[in-house]
Amino acid sequence: MTIRFWALGAEADAVRTLARDFEHLHPGVTVEVQQIPWTAAHEKLITAYVGDAMPDMAQLGNTWVPEFVAIGALTPLDSFTTHSTVVDSAAYFPGIWATNEIHGVLYAVPWYVDTRLLFYRKDILARAGYDSMPGTWEGWRRAMEAIRSRAGPRQYAIFLPTNEWNQPVIFGMQEGSPLLADDGRYGAFSDSSFRRAFTFYLDLYRSGLAPVAGYNDVANIYQEFTRGTYAMWITGPWNIGEFKRRLPDSMQGKWATAPLPGPTGDSSGVSLAGGSSFVIFRTSPHQALAWSFIEFLSQPAQQLKFYQLSGDLPSREDAWHASGLETDVYAHAFWVQLHRVRATPKVPEWEDITSKVIDQSEAAIRGGVPVSRALATLDRDVNVILDKRRWLMARDSSRLADSARSAAAQ
Amino acid sequence: MTFEAERSRAARLFILPAVALIALFFLLPVLAAFLLSFTDFDIYAIGNLANARIVGLHNYTALFANPVFWTAVKNTFYFALVGGPLTVIVSLGAALLVNARAVRFKGLFRTIYFVPFVTTLVAVAIVWRYLYHPQYGLLNYMLGWFGLGPVDWLGDPRWAMPAIILLAVWKNFGYNMLIFIAGLQSVPEELYEAARIDGAGAVRQFRNVTLPMLAPTFFFVGVVTMIGYFQLFAEPYVMTQGGPLKATTSLVLFMYTEGFRWWRMGNAAAIAFVLLLIILAWTLVQLRLERRRA
Repeated sequence: MTIRFWALGAEADAVRTLARDFEHLHPGVTVEVQQIPWTAAHEKLITAYVGDAMPDMAQLGNTWVPEFVAIGALTPLDSFTTHSTVVDSAAYFPGIWATNEIHGVLYAVPWYVDTRLLFYRKDILARAGYDSMPGTWEGWRRAMEAIRSRAGPRQYAIFLPTNEWNQPVIFGMQEGSPLLADDGRYGAFSDSSFRRAFTFYLDLYRSGLAPVAGYNDVANIYQEFTRGTYAMWITGPWNIGEFKRRLPDSMQGKWATAPLPGPTGDSSGVSLAGGSSFVIFRTSPHQALAWSFIEFLSQPAQQLKFYQLSGDLPSREDAWHASGLETDVYAHAFWVQLHRVRATPKVPEWEDITSKVIDQSEAAIRGGVPVSRALATLDRDVNVILDKRRWLMARDSSRLADSARSAAAQ
Repeated sequence: MTFEAERSRAARLFILPAVALIALFFLLPVLAAFLLSFTDFDIYAIGNLANARIVGLHNYTALFANPVFWTAVKNTFYFALVGGPLTVIVSLGAALLVNARAVRFKGLFRTIYFVPFVTTLVAVAIVWRYLYHPQYGLLNYMLGWFGLGPVDWLGDPRWAMPAIILLAVWKNFGYNMLIFIAGLQSVPEELYEAARIDGAGAVRQFRNVTLPMLAPTFFFVGVVTMIGYFQLFAEPYVMTQGGPLKATTSLVLFMYTEGFRWWRMGNAAAIAFVLLLIILAWTLVQLRLERRRA
């Protein structure tokens, strides 16, 4: 029997090695790993669904899960986990696990985790008079100003790519913004909480602490980091490996990671619950077998091996303990941050909504559009996107009411 | 059966396979897309067809009310109306140079100018992104010689489209140049001879012999280039993803993101038909101009 598994990007190479071990344990079973590049993955998965050519299982970005649930592509996994001795929600980071539950039903098992936090130059921060990263927005902002006042021309305190939605959304979450209101029916970006966050974010550009630049404007971010063009950068765990590999020897020991500061201190310094999870497709004829492969890859020992192969951070807390990753000089900040993560709104339209966040952020940063107008436009655009969702919810709830009424009448 | 009837029956049989293929793989999808443009077919409808609604002209009215659509229309016309004529002029210039009697190694130059056209766009785009780099790019370095710049080519909304046009002209002029060379070589030498006897200099020969004789070539090159340029997609897709501030979002790029990124197929189909009408109208205008001149 063959399990067809679609893995994304570099993870595919790593999982092939683990799949060989699984095949040794299960004679007669082959795991066919198909590598899909991240940039094409979303389109390819949907096209495969439309064309009825789905594999048995796949790796899915956590934020994509609601969308694939909406099109009915995923198998609910609760019946598998109740009998499982390996996959137990208590072993996982709670914020990450929660991203895979849609309306209380589990559809995916976290594989590796991802969140965003600060990578920074210790030496530049020290020169500005700080031996560690401040925990509050106020302190953080003051540190950035101190860095900027000592910096040369074309040197900045922080790199916040203008074409990324993550930063404004994270700041919004930190201020307690729900992002969407009324069970995901409307945008909530004009609310006071998001407005405060957006003003803070925008002001980092307006006061020259961050350059008005997107990823396209930077040829080699690692070179710029070495040159001291930016003292800080909000990015993800894969850059631990990249920084070790790409920064010159002279730079090693001069950089560090820190959990994100929050408006009112540590506990408000939340970040995104990201990463990838395993899913089983509804059309798969080998669901039990696919599940046994998921269980195999979820064993702490396999999670560790996977970490060694790929550098991706394990989704299980026990794998962190066992490996000493928890106290690793660079990974420790992630350990702390992963206990302070929030899921983005679980609506299939989320990815589309993030593109509108980028549009209005860029309009405000580059086009000089005032905050209130940018956020009002953002809410209007988001409400258009959510129109279909509102219609479906209204239709389904009236249907439910109808069937309840007819059941009562009988 | 008469010979004539039999012959036309045979002809119909011969064209049947081609017509059947066109009907199956072209007309049918076009019809399906046309119908699709009156629905709100989207990601929810993929899961369950009952989640699609017939929305009449809503996709079209929403499209006309969407500022991004008008930005895309403006960008597409900007690109086509500036880039199209520029490409034709550069192609003609290159053709005249390569075809000039004094030039040696004609084959070599022809090949060199044609190479960009057959090079993969993605590879070309990577090199051009280096050229356009605001700090380390060759282009800004050269502008520095004249005390100009630096220009943020791909990051500044005002410069992004000129940067895309420059790349497109460089990439595409080779093909038109070859067609112009063929056109130039088919101008009978006697005409130039007669013009010279009448005392025409190089400029008058070009205006009164070369240009009129090239009219059909101009028409072909103009129509094909404009149709191609109205469908601008790959250059901004690879170089800028439509940014900054949507300054390089073309109609096709807009259609692609609506359709294949967000799976709003109804919207995407509506955009496709608006684009079809634009290209059709433009080609008719060119046809009319050509007829009037002829």
